Amino acid sequence: MIAIINYGMGNLRSVKNALEAVGGEAFVAENPQELERGDKIILPGVGAFGDGMTNLRSAGWVEKLNEEVGGKGKVFFGICLGMQLLASIGTEHGDTEGLSFVKGKSIRMETNGDQSLRIPHIGWNDVEITPESRLFAGMKNPQAFYFVHSYVLDADDKQLVTSVCNHGMNFAASVERENIFGVQFHPEKSHKAGLAVLRNFVNLPN
Amino acid sequence: MLKNRLIPVLLLQNGLLVRSELFKFHQIIGNPIHEVERFNEWTVDELIYIDISTDDKYDLRRGDHKIRDLGDPLQILEAVSETCFMPLTWGGKIRTVDDMRARISRGADKITLNTAAVKKPELITQGAKVFGSQAIVVSIDAFRHADGRLEVFITNGKEATGKTPSDLARESEARGAGEILLQSINRDGTGEGYDLDLIAEVAHATTIPVIACSGVGLYEQYAEGIKAGAAAVAAANIWHFKELSDRGGKRALAKAGVNVRI
Repeated sequence: MIAIINYGMGNLRSVKNALEAVGGEAFVAENPQELERGDKIILPGVGAFGDGMTNLRSAGWVEKLNEEVGGKGKVFFGICLGMQLLASIGTEHGDTEGLSFVKGKSIRMETNGDQSLRIPHIGWNDVEITPESRLFAGMKNPQAFYFVHSYVLDADDKQLVTSVCNHGMNFAASVERENIFGVQFHPEKSHKAGLAVLRNFVNLPN
Repeated sequence: MLKNRLIPVLLLQNGLLVRSELFKFHQIIGNPIHEVERFNEWTVDELIYIDISTDDKYDLRRGDHKIRDLGDPLQILEAVSETCFMPLTWGGKIRTVDDMRARISRGADKITLNTAAVKKPELITQGAKVFGSQAIVVSIDAFRHADGRLEVFITNGKEATGKTPSDLARESEARGAGEILLQSINRDGTGEGYDLDLIAEVAHATTIPVIACSGVGLYEQYAEGIKAGAAAVAAANIWHFKELSDRGGKRALAKAGVNVRI
């Protein structure tokens, strides 16, 4: 079973529908205790880093995630804001401590003076995949995915970055480290390419 | 590089899909859920769904539409989101933040405001605060008077506002809207092509993406909308009456040099 964390940030139903479409069994976890029932855990979300961490902390999700993901080594997948929250520090509206599953910072995108590029980065964009990626296994390069975000995860260890997108700057479209995974785009909104990523996630060994 | 989007717009009236002409005439064309399944198969970039019902009667129990009974538009949205693996914008009858939440929690990624954007503009800001600017689309219905003057109409194109589309677009952006959906009442359902001057004017007035709509009768007209300044091009009727309308539209855009997802 895949547990989807409900911490009040975004559209959980779409994630659940998409997982079920690729044969995954998922449930929405309404409190941290319910994470024990999940073999894998998904942290979705749209919104600001600070709000996200405040919600995760106040309801006790952070301690439980450290146990289940840090301790027991359950597969953990952050989507969009969920990927940014993997970082040690978020810089949106002042510095906030993140989940620290990936060393690095969540930083605002820079378009480097190109007036034609708008932030937030909204829409379909090509992603260059590294062959070692487990999330993109069996997929052709490049693939277009749907993005909606203004911040990106800047990992200290670039070896963890398994795909790259460009919007005024190159940024990590995904990271993978042992049992920790994150994607900046929305696989649940990216049609066949997105469903292929979710299928790979569902098929990862627990 | 970010791609220009091609978007079908579906109109829901009392539980059934309709085609529209000049915002006045509506003809039933099908089932609101089957159509989405078709677009999902075609892997279209995004989908906009607008409920234009004028009373609250929704009835799908027609002999020629053999599917489950769906009592209200929120149930239709729920059923739609089960097969919709693409970004979905939902509009119609949204007057409060709770109305927005009811739609977003049922699978909409964005909501669009039309009448409320004029009558209750603070709702744009409230929505952007709770759900983010990316989730708030302001839909502008523009009417071009005989003397060429542009005016925004609300309430399904029935009520004049005295505002120009550019002013409303600028104001909406300042209040926190993330996108503008721009429709032309005069071109609606005519197939004569976009009102390019209208698109250019509104695109210049804002920095947020403008989605052009109304008037497309030929695939070649999509690229004109992008060249006039739209970030995305939308249409309604052409999607229903032509085969493979996504492929055809995308090919015409690519041929005209527009960067699209194929």
